[in-house]
Amino acid sequence: MYVHCALERSPGCHHNTNFGFVHPHSAEMTQSRSKLRSLFSSQVGKKLLTGITGLALVVFVLEHMLGNLQFLAGDDAYNAYAHFLVGLGPALWVVEVILLVFLLMHIALGIKIWMGSRRARTSRYRKSKSAGEPSRQTLSSRSMLVTGLVIGIFLVIHLASFKYGAYYETTIDGTVMRDLARLMRQKFHDPAYAFGYPAVVLLLAVHLRHGIWSAFQSLGAMRPSISRPVYTLGGLLGLGIAVGFLIVPIAIFFDWV
Amino acid sequence: MSDRMTIHLSVWRQAGPESSGAFENYTVNDVNEHMSFLEVLDVLNETLIRKGELPVEFDHDCREGICGACGVVINGVAHGPQKRTASCQLHMRQFKDGDTIVVEPWRADAFPIIRDLVVDRSAFDRIIEAGGYVSVSTGNAPDANAVLVPKDDVDRAFDYASCIGCGACVAACPNASASLFTASKIGHLALLPQGDPERSHRVVAMVDQMQKEGFGDCSNHAECEAVCPKGISISSIALMRREYMKSLVSSGG
Repeated sequence: MYVHCALERSPGCHHNTNFGFVHPHSAEMTQSRSKLRSLFSSQVGKKLLTGITGLALVVFVLEHMLGNLQFLAGDDAYNAYAHFLVGLGPALWVVEVILLVFLLMHIALGIKIWMGSRRARTSRYRKSKSAGEPSRQTLSSRSMLVTGLVIGIFLVIHLASFKYGAYYETTIDGTVMRDLARLMRQKFHDPAYAFGYPAVVLLLAVHLRHGIWSAFQSLGAMRPSISRPVYTLGGLLGLGIAVGFLIVPIAIFFDWV
Repeated sequence: MSDRMTIHLSVWRQAGPESSGAFENYTVNDVNEHMSFLEVLDVLNETLIRKGELPVEFDHDCREGICGACGVVINGVAHGPQKRTASCQLHMRQFKDGDTIVVEPWRADAFPIIRDLVVDRSAFDRIIEAGGYVSVSTGNAPDANAVLVPKDDVDRAFDYASCIGCGACVAACPNASASLFTASKIGHLALLPQGDPERSHRVVAMVDQMQKEGFGDCSNHAECEAVCPKGISISSIALMRREYMKSLVSSGG
């Protein structure tokens, strides 16, 4: 059946599947293209990409949080760290482009998945509730789109406030560099930012409570024996990231540093 | 008597696939706590028939929790409040005298309602037709020990094979995804040597069919595992994703 199918191209054969033993060259190219497409459009492919991009973004926010904590070592240390990052030049640009692409993919896939689920159930239940353990359905899992979108909108404001915000200068050991610490102090004394920022950071923790565990499940890395510890650790990591992000703004707002 | 209860039912009534449905309220007296939930519907239907009204249509067959024919959403949970229990094996001792029970059909656009609580689950059949089988030459049954399979694999394959195709996973999923059903069928065959030759084609074909049928995407809520009458683990979904990744990197069949 296989050989007949691959050689004779009878109308009933499925050439776009992996069934044949012999592939003509063109069929192989079509196949790899369709594989790439299936990565973006199939239900499993979408989850794989959401998981990979999500985990990469977790690594970024973790690094960002640890970087922010340098503020506690003093304004000069913080400015020097920012200066070092900018000094990486093309290497930093590559990372920034990758992060931007990952972020946009993560958002687009999230919206696509949400829209698909809306279409899949157009008549709602009158009564619906979680059956409890081992369900992981929580406010966190149900609000991924909302928390994600709020974080996304915040990110635009955040970049406009800092990366593309007011440019102050300072001189450390004879080197002129951007005084980002001054901008930080200014922003976190502004009540709108001082209260808005923690709110979004807490939403990030809510997003990561489901997100980190979910990413491992999406990548097929989950087993029943590690599911609970990974869920707990994922939630704790999300909370840890949020707490880390909150230390500096709180310290600035109350003039502790 | 303490084991005689009055139960109020709020049941979804819908005359046909194209009609719009609504909830109807009924009261069933003298419910025995040892009755199954479906037997309460039987009693209700006998009353309705005697009054010349149309009985509430619901699917059922073995009433032993093994065929997968029955299944309704009971008070917001697919198959009702008892874990690892199909609707037919849910007994009225799970409820209290005077309780109001909301009874709804599985709601998913891929499972169109035929009438009342009966839905068309042939989308599941088409997912199976897409690859949930092994192409083997028929003949005499082979010796049971001719193909050796590690015990751990057999156990896991059997756990996944215990899926009865009732559709509770779809009904309970906030996204109406059929991932647990599809993954359990894929996982069952992927773990056995008999399923190995076609595994790469199978996972792609079945995942594609699941999408074509209009089921939603999985968001890892894991609600499916909590309502599955067989308690099938979402580890099957993780396995399905690994199988899918393998099929993406493999060049041939």
